[in-house]
This record gives sequence, C-alpha cells and structure tokens, in this order.
Amino acid sequence: MSFLRRRVFTTNHRQLAILYLFLGLAAVTTGTLLSLLIRLHRTWPALALPIYGILKPEDYLALVTMHGTLMVFFVLTVVPQSAFPNLVLPAQIGATRMAFPRLNAAAFWITLASFLTLLTAFFVPQGAPISGWTSYPPFSALAATGPGQGAGMDLWLVAITLFCLAAVAGAVNFLVTILRMRCPGMTFRRLPLTVWSWLVSSGLTVIAFSALLAAAGMLLADRHFGTSFFLPSGEVLNGILQRPGTGSPMLWLHLFWFFGHPEVYISILPGMGLTSSLLANFTRREVPAYGLMVASTLLIGVLGLGVWGHHMFVSGMNPYAGTAFGLTTIAIAVPSSAEVLTWLAMMFRGRLQVATPLLFTMGFVSFFIAGGLTGPILAQPALDAYLHNTFFVVAHFHLVMAMAGVFSVFAGIYYWYPLLTGRRMNEMLGQIHFWVSLVAAYGTFFPMHLAGLAGEPRHYAQLSGPVAHFANLIPVERGITWSAFLLAAAQIVFLINIFWSARRGLPAGTNPWRATTLEWSPIVHPIVRSGAYVYGPKASPEQDFLPQWAAEEPTARSS
Amino acid sequence: MNWLPPNGALDGVRLDQLLRWNLAVVFWLFVAAQALLVAALLWRLRPGAARAATGNSGRPGKAFFAGEALVLLAITGLYIAMDVTGHQLWAARREAGPAEHPVQVEVTGVQFEWYFRYPGSDGVYGRIRPALVSAPNGNPLGLDPTDPHSADDIVSSVLMLPAGRPVDLRLRSQDVIHGFFIPGMRLKQDAIPGMIGHLQFTPTVPGDYVILCSQVCGLGHARMQARLRVVSELEYDRWIAGREKSLVADASGARP
Repeated sequence: MSFLRRRVFTTNHRQLAILYLFLGLAAVTTGTLLSLLIRLHRTWPALALPIYGILKPEDYLALVTMHGTLMVFFVLTVVPQSAFPNLVLPAQIGATRMAFPRLNAAAFWITLASFLTLLTAFFVPQGAPISGWTSYPPFSALAATGPGQGAGMDLWLVAITLFCLAAVAGAVNFLVTILRMRCPGMTFRRLPLTVWSWLVSSGLTVIAFSALLAAAGMLLADRHFGTSFFLPSGEVLNGILQRPGTGSPMLWLHLFWFFGHPEVYISILPGMGLTSSLLANFTRREVPAYGLMVASTLLIGVLGLGVWGHHMFVSGMNPYAGTAFGLTTIAIAVPSSAEVLTWLAMMFRGRLQVATPLLFTMGFVSFFIAGGLTGPILAQPALDAYLHNTFFVVAHFHLVMAMAGVFSVFAGIYYWYPLLTGRRMNEMLGQIHFWVSLVAAYGTFFPMHLAGLAGEPRHYAQLSGPVAHFANLIPVERGITWSAFLLAAAQIVFLINIFWSARRGLPAGTNPWRATTLEWSPIVHPIVRSGAYVYGPKASPEQDFLPQWAAEEPTARSS
Repeated sequence: MNWLPPNGALDGVRLDQLLRWNLAVVFWLFVAAQALLVAALLWRLRPGAARAATGNSGRPGKAFFAGEALVLLAITGLYIAMDVTGHQLWAARREAGPAEHPVQVEVTGVQFEWYFRYPGSDGVYGRIRPALVSAPNGNPLGLDPTDPHSADDIVSSVLMLPAGRPVDLRLRSQDVIHGFFIPGMRLKQDAIPGMIGHLQFTPTVPGDYVILCSQVCGLGHARMQARLRVVSELEYDRWIAGREKSLVADASGARP
C-alpha cells in the first residue's frame, strides 16, 4: 500500500516522470509494432499474419491512423513535454516541487485514460478509425464513410479530448512553476535553455491544444448532437443523401493545423534546448550567444503560431493566403538555422567528450538538418502542389519531427538516467544503440524522398495495380522495410541497457557529467550566482566549470 | 537518375527546373552540414587538442560571431531566393486566373471514383440535385433533367483533353475530401465537399496519364484512380461529337 502511495498515486513530480516514461515506452512500443505491420503490408501485401490472416485495406489505414496518433501524442508530446519537465524542471530552477502538484498528477492520470481509450478502438466492432491522424471531416464526421468511422472514431475523439485537457493542465502547471517557483538568484538570464524551451512549448501547448480541444468537441457534436460545424449540405454517401448542413470541412483544417503545426514545435523545442545544454556540457564550453539562443526559441514559438496554412496549400484556399503562409514558413527557417549554426560551431570549440548522450545529441542535429532542409522546399506552394501528401512529406516529418525528436529523447534518457538510478547506462551498449539506430533511421526515411518525388501518395494500402511506374518503387520499399526492422531491433539493445544498468551500471556519483545546471545539485535550497553554462578553463579556480549551486562568486564574466 | 514521372504540362517544365534547383541546393547544404558533424568527431583527435582545450579562455571572440552571422546571412539569402522563385511560379499558375476560352471540365470525387463532366455545346453545366444521385440509374452526379442545360452535359470516367489548349477544371466532391492529383501534369488540389475549386493548366504532350487520389478518403483510397488522355485537337473534337451523338440517341431511345 505504501509502495502504491509512494510510486503510483503520488504527487511527486519525479515519480510522475517515471510513470510518464513508462507510458511513453508502452506507446512507442505499440506504435513501432504497428509501423512494422505497415511496412510488411506495403512490401508483401499478400502476406498472411498469424491468427489474423491477410490485412484488408481498411486494416492498413487503421494501422496508419493509430501509429500516427500514438507517436505524435503519446510519444513525441508525452516524453519531451510531460516526462522530461517532471523529471528535471523543478530542480533546474532550484525548486523542490511543482506549483500545482495535484493538477500535475491529474494530468498524468487523464493522459493514461486517454491512452487506454485510444487503444480500446482496436477492440470495438469494425475496429480502429481509418481517417488518418488528421481526421479530416466529412470522412471523420459520418460513420457511413467507412469501417472504423463509427465507434472507433468516437473513441479516438474522446481520447484526443482527454489528451487536450491533460496537456493544457500540465502546461499551465509548468508555466506557473517556471514563473513563480525559481530559487533566489535564478533570473531569466540564468535559466537553462531547456527551461526556456519548456516555457515556450508550454505556452504553445495551452494555445494549440485549446484549439484542438474545441475542434474535437465540435466534431463530436456534429457526430451526435445534430450540429454541422464541418458538414456542408448535399452530402451523398453510398447513394444516400445525408442530412443538410451549413458548415465547412475547411474549418476543421484551420483548427486542426492551428494546433498541428505548433505541435511540431512543442515536441521539438525541448530537444533543441537540451541540445544546447548538452553541447556546452560535453565540449566544456559555454553556449555562445545565450541571448540569441533565447531569442531564437521565442521567435520560433511566435512564428510557429502563424504557419499552419502551409499544410493547406492544396486545399483550394485563396492563393494569396498560400503566398503569405509560404513567407511565414520561410521566415521560421531563419531562427532555426541560427540555432543549427551555433550548435555546429560549438562542436569545434574546446574538446568534444564523446559519450552516448553527446552522440544522440549530434544525431538530433543531423536529423534536424536532414528533415529541416526540405522545409524551405515544402514551404513553396508551387512545389508543394506536387509534393503534398506524397512520401516526400512523410520523409520530411519523420526526419525532422520523429527521428530528431526521438534522438533527443534518447539523449535525455542517457543523460538523466543517473538521476533516477544513481548509475550510468552502459557506454558500449549505448554506442551500439546509437550507430545502428542512426544508419537504420537514414536507411528507413531517406529513400522515402525518392518515392515521394516519383509521386507516390501517402495512405496507399497497395502499390501494385494500375499505376505501372509505382511498381518500380517496390525494390526501394523493400529496402525501407528491412531498414525499419533493423531500426526496431536496435531498440532492443536500448531496452536491455535500461534494465541491466539499473542494477549493474557504473555508480554515477552526484554529478557524473560535471554539469553546471541545478538538477545535479547536492544542495536542496541553492542560491544561484552564475549563468547556466559557465564552462571553460577559467570558469573556476579548481575546475573547468562553475555549477549554478556554487557558493563562490564567478570569476569570469558569466551572469 | 530521374525519379520524377514524365511531365506533360506546360508549367511542369518550369516546376521541374525549380524543383531540381531546390533539391540541389538543399542536398549540398545537407552534405556540408553532415560533413561538419563528422569533422567535429575527428577534430577532437587532432594533435594538440588537449592543449587547446585547457589553453584559451573559452569565450568566443568577435570572429566567431562575424563568421556565424555571415553564414546565416548567406543561408537566409538562399531561402529568400527559393521563396521568390517559388512565388513567381505560384503566381503564374494560381493568381493569374483562367485563360480566355479554356476547355472546361468539372471533376467530381466520389468514394472511390473520379467523374468528369463536360458542359456540352451550350457551354453551361446543368444544375445538380444531390437527391437525384444514383449510380445504378446512370445518374452518378445527380443531374437535374428539368434543367435544359443538363441535357447536353457529357459525363465521362476518362478525362479527355486536347493538347496545347488551356484547361479550367472545376473541382467538387460528393462525400468526403478527395485529393485530385495528376503526377504527370504536376497538378494537385483537394476536392472539398460544399466548395467549388478551380484548377488551371495546359497539357502539351499527348499520351495517357494516371489520375490519383492524394487525400485519404476511405478503404478504397488506393484504388481511386482514373485516366487522363491528352489527344490532338482533331481527335478531341471527334470524341466530343461522338459522345454528344450518343447522348441524343439515349435521350430519344429512353423517352417513348
């Protein structure tokens, strides 16, 4: 009973972080298994699965829908935006607790309820929804549009509604914690860049998830209470005229992407902050132009709210709107490039100390560049009109959001693992995990650009058929599938490492990475007198860094 | 190696050039950045690295920021060039409006078919009443027989177009959002229920092109395909005349 109270029904943020991490692990495992089924079906459509048999086209679409929903919400949002701040945010600002511990705990339980609701969709009659993670109406609004669009779609919408509530509750707690709970001396100029990232991503979460919450509620009302926010009149399904409506699907597109694009930054900004921190830590040099990095983070957050229309270039939106959204999208590439250039420059200062967290950070930078560079191409409405909804876009967001996001999650787990266990994760297993994952991730997602250039659309259950030239892509698809299996297999090394190192890992001591930020502080109530990244030969008389909890005044200029 | 499907449209030539230029720029930026990452891993092994690590104060100098600012400026210049050239093509394709006397065809997306309707010799599309939609009765679009304009409307499952003439497509959907996509014409726009979209292009190279659905629309999404046939003006006129003749024959045969 006391175990349950201490570990499960707890308001302790670090225990909640562990619960969130296990939720993320369950979601990423499920999502990965679904993606492997997707790959198997694309490559060998006639393959019969044990027990289940051959996948039907609607099964394929259900797999894609659930894979996307699980990964975007329960992995790429839950881990960087819920688990990590619970793990280190209070400590990094010198606080001992969150501002609203009960609200924070409630957010976890609502997220768990959302996760279980979503998974239930697999087991209702007709199964999980098939309209993709973006669930455009009328496809998502009318049950007669296809299998899974009845009970399955309802469960999806309830799950999303719950998730929005939890995300907003959690973000409000983080915002207030950052603004109100900082220890003496922790000024904004001394905040770690991870905290700046969470400040911006939590602000975005409140705005973006509120829009999605409204949209999900409106869609539920369209489905069950006779409203027609998203339904026009004259809908004919299977030869049957549907009830007349006065709405438009375009409203959903606007609301959804007003959420959907900031969501990308919600999941990637924490990784960007972590990258700056880890590069300083592992090169033993400060973050150059700290103010510029903060400004870039804020600018990305603000601009990120004004680019959603680039998901709608081909929706028949006014072409001048396309031009405007193209411009804001190109604009956001500038602060992003500024951060990337700073990271690249940081790697040549001091001396890189190669350890698994650093390697995964460099992997993050690599994928962020690989996926980010196709951004300015897709930001051009004229070119997007060819590439939209092809595998070129699938490649783009899997590199810049999924792989970069997951690699920064790995960097965080390898880096903060000693906080939870007092031990370090095994270095050799970590490096094997990194190199195999890096090669397999490029092998999986890079060739998708080529399939996209060939014009292959997303959500196709089968490639062979009337379109002769897609058959030429089958060898490429097969290579992608093998790479995807290798990528998944590499994660077994990671799982072994996590559980093995908890018992057998090298004892870490209090500050294993000789870091400056307060999560490593042995002092519970620190007073901060220096910036977040005082590294370098002259940082302090005895050592090459000055922790933020150090009692001495900093020698170098380092406020 | 050329991954793009053969292009048959007037604007497609420009789009392909633009796309290739963009791809080349980002590919070499990608290679340069990845090379820097590898170089960073090797740089730490250089002789004297240990000394350098303890030697300088570690604060970046003016040269550091000047260098970074220059590179950022250059990259921003590239982004602006990409945006401007992309916008020129977009403006030419979408902001100019339809040409004079285009070939007019209405495209309707229905789970999981594309239907093409030609307004006929009167040049006016007949009225549509959704309640009349009935594919089994030969009226998949719900044409209203009481509207005189609908009598000469040609409904086809193949999109037949003459080479060299500008086309104005009128896009609509009967049920869910479909994505009208002709890879060979470098053309894509969503057909949104309740809205009429317009799409202009000029096919130039005669031949057969595949029409796909690019927006997930149901279990038959992957097989929602149709054919575009670009033919000579003469052949096109002959096809239209043939279809109109059979319409007249049907009408006189169906009504006793």
